[in-house]
Amino acid sequence: MHKLTLSQQIQALSNKKISSEELTRHYLERIEQYDSQLNSFVSVTPELAIEAAKKADAESNSSALLKGVPIALKDIFCMDGTKTSCASKMLDNFIAPYDATVVTKLKQAGVVTLGKTNMDEFAMGSSSESSVHGSVKNPWDTLRVPGGSSGGSAAAVAARLAPASLGTDTGGSIRQPAALCGVTGLKPTYGRVSRYGMIAYASSLDQGGPFGVSAQDCAYLLQAIAGHDPKDSTSVDAPVSDYVGSLEQSVKGLRIGMPEEFFDPQLDEGIAQKISEACVVLKSMGCEIKPISLPNAKLAIAAYYVIAPAEASSNLSRYDGARYGYRCEAPKDLQDMYYRSRTEGFGEEVKRRIMIGTYALSAGYYDAYYVKAQKIRRLISEDYQQAFAEVDAVLSPTSPSTAFKINEKSDDPVTMYLSDIYTIGVNLAGLPGISLPIGLQQGLPVGMQLVSNYFTEDVLLRLGHQYQNNTQHHLNMPSAFES
Amino acid sequence: MEWEVVIGLEIHVQLNTKSKIFSPAATAYGAEPNTQACAVSIALPGVLPVLNKEVVKKAAQFGLAVGADIAEQSIFDRKNYFYPDLPKGYQISQLDYPIVEHGSLEITLEDGSTKVIGITRAHLEEDAGKSLHEDFDGMTGIDLNRAGTPLIEIVSEPEMSSAKEAVAYMRKIHSIVQYLGISDGNMQEGSFRCDANVSVRPKGETKLGTRTELKNINSFRFVERAINYEVERQIDVIESGGRIVQETRLYDADDDSTRSMRSKEEANDYRYFPDPDLLPVKIDPAMLEELRNNMPEMPDVKQQRFIKDYGLNEEDAQQLTSSRDQAEFFEQVVTLQSLPAKLVANWVLGEFSAALNQHNVTFQACPVNAERLASLLLRIDDGTISAKSGKEVFQELWACEKSVDEIVEDKGLQQMSDTGELENIIEQIIEQSPQQVEQYRSGKDKVFGYFVGKVMKETKGKANPKQVNEILKLKLS
Repeated sequence: MHKLTLSQQIQALSNKKISSEELTRHYLERIEQYDSQLNSFVSVTPELAIEAAKKADAESNSSALLKGVPIALKDIFCMDGTKTSCASKMLDNFIAPYDATVVTKLKQAGVVTLGKTNMDEFAMGSSSESSVHGSVKNPWDTLRVPGGSSGGSAAAVAARLAPASLGTDTGGSIRQPAALCGVTGLKPTYGRVSRYGMIAYASSLDQGGPFGVSAQDCAYLLQAIAGHDPKDSTSVDAPVSDYVGSLEQSVKGLRIGMPEEFFDPQLDEGIAQKISEACVVLKSMGCEIKPISLPNAKLAIAAYYVIAPAEASSNLSRYDGARYGYRCEAPKDLQDMYYRSRTEGFGEEVKRRIMIGTYALSAGYYDAYYVKAQKIRRLISEDYQQAFAEVDAVLSPTSPSTAFKINEKSDDPVTMYLSDIYTIGVNLAGLPGISLPIGLQQGLPVGMQLVSNYFTEDVLLRLGHQYQNNTQHHLNMPSAFES
Repeated sequence: MEWEVVIGLEIHVQLNTKSKIFSPAATAYGAEPNTQACAVSIALPGVLPVLNKEVVKKAAQFGLAVGADIAEQSIFDRKNYFYPDLPKGYQISQLDYPIVEHGSLEITLEDGSTKVIGITRAHLEEDAGKSLHEDFDGMTGIDLNRAGTPLIEIVSEPEMSSAKEAVAYMRKIHSIVQYLGISDGNMQEGSFRCDANVSVRPKGETKLGTRTELKNINSFRFVERAINYEVERQIDVIESGGRIVQETRLYDADDDSTRSMRSKEEANDYRYFPDPDLLPVKIDPAMLEELRNNMPEMPDVKQQRFIKDYGLNEEDAQQLTSSRDQAEFFEQVVTLQSLPAKLVANWVLGEFSAALNQHNVTFQACPVNAERLASLLLRIDDGTISAKSGKEVFQELWACEKSVDEIVEDKGLQQMSDTGELENIIEQIIEQSPQQVEQYRSGKDKVFGYFVGKVMKETKGKANPKQVNEILKLKLS
């Protein structure tokens, strides 16, 4: 059953070829069997899952979009009555008393939740090594990282421990792990998916989105979670396209731009080769490929590492040991409670970003850092808008390398930050982006990123779907987890 | 040396919306701790603020009332600091782009002259919760019911030059927000609080002196006292060769002094930045137009109208209009029985106000409503009872549910209206006092009072003084 994509399972469920309970039990067994090798889940909720599956089976007449389909959620989404730790010691005792809006929507769509997936602490990282629950391993090579921060969600889908999952993307945290794990991952337009109940890292950049084996799988999930939410002021009240229904619409004549800045001589040859092969397929589908320029792209990482930490330093102030979450033992006084609870409750990377952000917002530095970073952010958005005057989508590698070894970059934060070079500008501009598997290089998956204009996720999904109709890369499965 | 005082006020006004500024939690005062603290109020992971649109309207109304600019677009910022009653670790406020800017109002000074005070800005923000230090042995309790209650912070120009001016300004703001109905203005409950920035400089000097900020003064009386104390303290320091330190000081009402809370160096760096969870607040011109067209009559305008329509003097009109409730009550009473305005004004400002204060009740909650007061004043006006008896009836009215006429009847307070009987009594008195009659007729006018007293004594106070005067004059001449 796990060799079927989510889309095929939806079909099989609706034709009653399989039951939700059967399917759910199958995945629960796989998690049981394999996850000790991957550490992709931080909590599994079999009772809740079986109960939801039985309910889905009983409601055979409901036309809910994802009725009875099991999925996994990044441990950043609050789900009523379940632990939501954000992979931090700070929230390791936190049982969410409410559902995130996407969770509510998924429940309404009939989804069965298998459990919560592992991640970088508070979504800060590109390797899923900074989790209090330990590193997540890449199913293609368990000595390697799955990417991050949504590494658990990507690894679980790659190893078919869940047919699909949700992650969040602040600087590449869906697309980069999707690329490194060989699955499809979509980061929607900022404001397309509600952030309510999704624990904030950098509010102006965070966006939830789906992982699936195929673009079609992602279309199903996005269909269920997209839309305006009155509880999130930054969610946009724009109509939701028919993502699933428009997958087969023609892509002939779509213009795809390749930013010259991203295809410099430093680009890894193997990755460049895979991109060239993918371009051949895109051309064969009738797309036109042309060079474009994103002149300010190189500034993206610097701007991001001011804006995201600045927002994070404020967003994470609520974890003070006063009301919930970790509190240090026997604090002497108020200052001691703050100081030790936060020192002991947060990991190194989180503390590093809180300090960077606090510094960037300080009196005397605000203009030099925060204000300047916001100006760069506008320039980057303008670059993309100019590009979209000429093309319908922008193509690049998702990540400058394939999966690297665990601990390889964990002592060198700047090198780690550079692994998001292709993805970060997309968050700064608030655009939608998708990562598609385009083959293996030395046994490790390579991903291609496509970016399109605001609220045109349908274009990305259509391109991805039809590319996948012409290729088999997305169906590659790491052999250790095949059976 | 002669000194000049410079004062600017920052007034925090709680807006009287039903729900909080960024969440649906209730704002009612006095509920059990943390029963009005929803997921947003306690800042659970993942929650987001959503602006209560009523708050924007109320702030705009204030702006219109003080002739200010209402920003087409204002921006919420985060003011970051750690404190247990601040659950998010930041307060959502407005720094660079407040909703209201450049207003002014006119205050009336004791000598009757007026002065215009500039209002720099008024911005929207959320209130914090409360730390409870009692009842928790060695610990501090946190009540987040108030966290997220909407406030406007109204910042004046440093244009007041005495504690009295500051109080006049504060009273004016207080009456404006109550007239607009945007705040209950209840100072005991903390709905209306004031910080004062105070500095002194030698008379004639144009540069401002170093200021101190006096925090959280919650009554008109305390504002006056705190400023006066602080002015004296600053002058003392300077005159004895010292320097004023820029600092925040707390007023202590118990010993009527101020003491240092924190210096400028210890002040927080609030790391303000635009709140990414909230969109800029855009003002809909149509809404603004509607608010403009539906503005209630403001105190200054009402005061002038009272002078014009009711022939009241300036002082009565000003006092009556100092609160909207009082002004409306006055007008209700006047119109109910077409009573003389002066009589009603005297009663509303005198006996009635005293009773409200004494029993600490509002116009709405008090046992003597406009109808009952009007029927009492009617009986005074038509001469049925004397003004003195009126006071007695009023006490009864307050205490029981009987009507004015019932009380007058029960107590036998009617004045004598039978002129024949009164004439008889007066004739008798004249007959019994030949000496005094002689004195009066020889030009000693003062003796007239003797006769009035006699008549009143004889009639047990029920004689109508006006009639007594008329008859006496006639008979004595």
